Amino acid sequence: MDIIVCVKRVPMTQEVDLEIDDSGKDIKKDALAYVVNDWDNYAIEESVLLKEKLDGTVTVITVGDEDDEDVLRRALAMGADKAIRIEPGELELDGFLISNILAQVIKGLEYDLVLTGVQADDDNFGMVGIMLAERLGLAHSAVVTGFEAEGSEATINVELEGGLDEVSKIKLPALLSIQTGINEPRYVSIMGIRKAGKKELNVVKVEDIGLSDEELVRQTIIEEYFLPPETEGAEMIEGDPSNIAEAILRILKEKGVSV
Amino acid sequence: MAGEKLFKGGEFLVVDALPEEIFTPEDFNKEQQMIAKSAEEFGIGEIAAKSDDLVELNPELVRSLLKKAGDLGFLGADMPEIYGGSELDKVSSSLVTEWISQGITSFAVAYGAHTGIGSLPIALFGTPEQKKKYVPKLASGEMVGAFALTEPGHGTDALTSDTTAVLSEDGKYYTVNGQKQFITNAGFADLFITFAQVDGEKFSSFIVERNWDGISLDEEEKKMGVHGTSTRAVIFQDVKVPVENVLGEVGRGHIVALNTLSIGRYKISPLAVGSAKLLISEGVKYAKGRVQFGRPICEFGLIKHKIAEMVIKTYVNESMVYRSAGLLDMTVEGIDPSSEEAGEKTGEALRKYALECSINKVFGSEMLDYIVDECVQIMGGYGYIQDNLVESAYRDSRINRIWEGTNEINRLLIVDMMMKAAKKGELPLVEAIKKVTGELLSLRPQMGEEKEVLENERRMVSMTKKIGLIAAGAATQKYMEKLAGQQELVALIADIVIQIFAMESVLLRTLKKIQKDGKEKSEIHIAATRVYINDVFPKIDLLARQIFGAISEGEELKTQLMALKKFARYTPINCIDLRREIADSIIPTASYHLTKR
Repeated sequence: MDIIVCVKRVPMTQEVDLEIDDSGKDIKKDALAYVVNDWDNYAIEESVLLKEKLDGTVTVITVGDEDDEDVLRRALAMGADKAIRIEPGELELDGFLISNILAQVIKGLEYDLVLTGVQADDDNFGMVGIMLAERLGLAHSAVVTGFEAEGSEATINVELEGGLDEVSKIKLPALLSIQTGINEPRYVSIMGIRKAGKKELNVVKVEDIGLSDEELVRQTIIEEYFLPPETEGAEMIEGDPSNIAEAILRILKEKGVSV
Repeated sequence: MAGEKLFKGGEFLVVDALPEEIFTPEDFNKEQQMIAKSAEEFGIGEIAAKSDDLVELNPELVRSLLKKAGDLGFLGADMPEIYGGSELDKVSSSLVTEWISQGITSFAVAYGAHTGIGSLPIALFGTPEQKKKYVPKLASGEMVGAFALTEPGHGTDALTSDTTAVLSEDGKYYTVNGQKQFITNAGFADLFITFAQVDGEKFSSFIVERNWDGISLDEEEKKMGVHGTSTRAVIFQDVKVPVENVLGEVGRGHIVALNTLSIGRYKISPLAVGSAKLLISEGVKYAKGRVQFGRPICEFGLIKHKIAEMVIKTYVNESMVYRSAGLLDMTVEGIDPSSEEAGEKTGEALRKYALECSINKVFGSEMLDYIVDECVQIMGGYGYIQDNLVESAYRDSRINRIWEGTNEINRLLIVDMMMKAAKKGELPLVEAIKKVTGELLSLRPQMGEEKEVLENERRMVSMTKKIGLIAAGAATQKYMEKLAGQQELVALIADIVIQIFAMESVLLRTLKKIQKDGKEKSEIHIAATRVYINDVFPKIDLLARQIFGAISEGEELKTQLMALKKFARYTPINCIDLRREIADSIIPTASYHLTKR
């Protein structure tokens, strides 16, 4: 089975006080550490597991600059076979345009399955997967938590609201947006890193993929970022964990929660 | 390595290196960065995630974690590929040491003892048969190693032993009797690298397997810290060790012990840097969340001072670690790792930098002790309560100044190695001292407006070297061969030597970064460098005064102090503002940010 996985490198923003930059349209990223988008990591692992089981190849793709190659190399070290970076140059991107660019490149590749993460950690749009499926004319399913291939179709599990688990069949080739928890992503080994250094990593410039200038225009523009104003009404509970737990319990009971 | 130059061990004392000639963290290549990240991911997912279970000794868990680390290639970092190791360069293996433990010292200690002193002696000095038999299992974590050198009567004085090894009449085995003490990993180790006297005088090294007859262990020691590690006495009673298990040559056990310890000493430094980065995050996060007088305490000047100092010292130590790793890598370049003599040659090459290794050990262990102390202080009463990472880190850190040679012994060694290298003609110390004395009359103090960034700091580093040279020169002249007997004096000289390496490493790193990224993107690095060097420089003056005061009097002392005055002149800068700037830059992310990740 030949699988294509679309990945993104994102800044780590947990436990960080984000600061908005001077333009007001982005955050200050200089001091942030970068990682592979968590959802994409599960997608990579799923593709490598499938390859190990069914043979075939795994190709990872990202749209980004040279620093973004880090996540491609990491995927190669996990077991992917090839990587493609599409260099966007000065192009301003949004999910719409990224899916357009990815579709244009993926059209020229052989594949049975395309995987993305459900969403990206940084902008939370969750749109590239579904738009890409539309552009490639593929069946799509999101929030996928299980995958079992059977010939030209596959059985998939999808996580629904309220804790429901939906099992369905999907025709291949298809595009699935992978949910965290579908597997347990492996650690990158030193042997993997060594092998990754010898694998193919191709760089394609966005102007060379055959899209016209009109097609290379984003459809959404961020106007402003702001931090929500501090509001009243929050009660900070201090003390040791058992005191905090007692206080939370008391409040829940006061508010009518049966505990 | 691009423009880096292979300086000799100790050469930093007499040569002002150029920024492009040293290796810095800004020079990490893609593979090295990936290795650091993979070690970090493993550390977060496996070690930090199980920190609660690693607080107390849990041998099965430690062994299973070592095995997992072995499967990923981390245990074999310093072992040759042909014997199942990953054979990483020293920069990469230092990065693994720095990131894998995530501040969980109990794992760090088990990991360090196994991969370093518990395995390396075989990888370096073993026969091909010994390597084939043991190294693959040590690299995979199937076997755990321990280093059994210390005895009840031989701690710092380690190169003699009350343990005996007597060759059997048929010449097939040695009978080993004796007791080793404070042996890390003893409780779950499968083999011990140990030492004994053959014929009463030949200090020799042996590989002993745990399941052989006659080996018993004493109770677990109740230690101040690192409670998650095993530390026990190992008793050898008529243990029959086959002659094939003599490690190195009979009578040359000190070669095995000293070379291994040298690398072990160096590795304390990356470990300290890794722990320091974690603790900085803990301290800053706490300071952001703790509100007093209506403000988070990270907004107060004295807390900012602590935060900045932790960052600065970590940055300096990190600069030293990777400058040293770069040297170690360059010196072993060209040794064919698959050749039979590779281990011995590597050991020999690494020995040339024993001085830098000792400096790293002393600086790293004292830096970490400073940081754990300040972290506790930032947290106040909460930092003093158990079940808090900072409280245990405070206790855990203390051992680093004791093991792998106490910091006192390492200080003595630093000066001893320096003097020996000078005597052998490997280090032109005498010529350098003469040159400085000659310059004295014509020297004009030139502190003032900087034409170039860090120009004054560059001068201060250069002057510190001159002060070190005249002080060491005067002390040697006074005591000649008997200098070693003046331990207090030797330690003062060692302190200057350590600071020369520290100050110069941070200065050159920052200058190299400026060359690469420009001044604007290096502002915090520049601030850290300025604060460190401006803080230390007056202390060098004080150290030198103490040296001169102890060895001279009257006119001679006066002349020496006048010379010192010329070298030690400087104009103070506003370090308070610089520290605030450094603290303010880390508070938003609460994560060490001077190395790109």
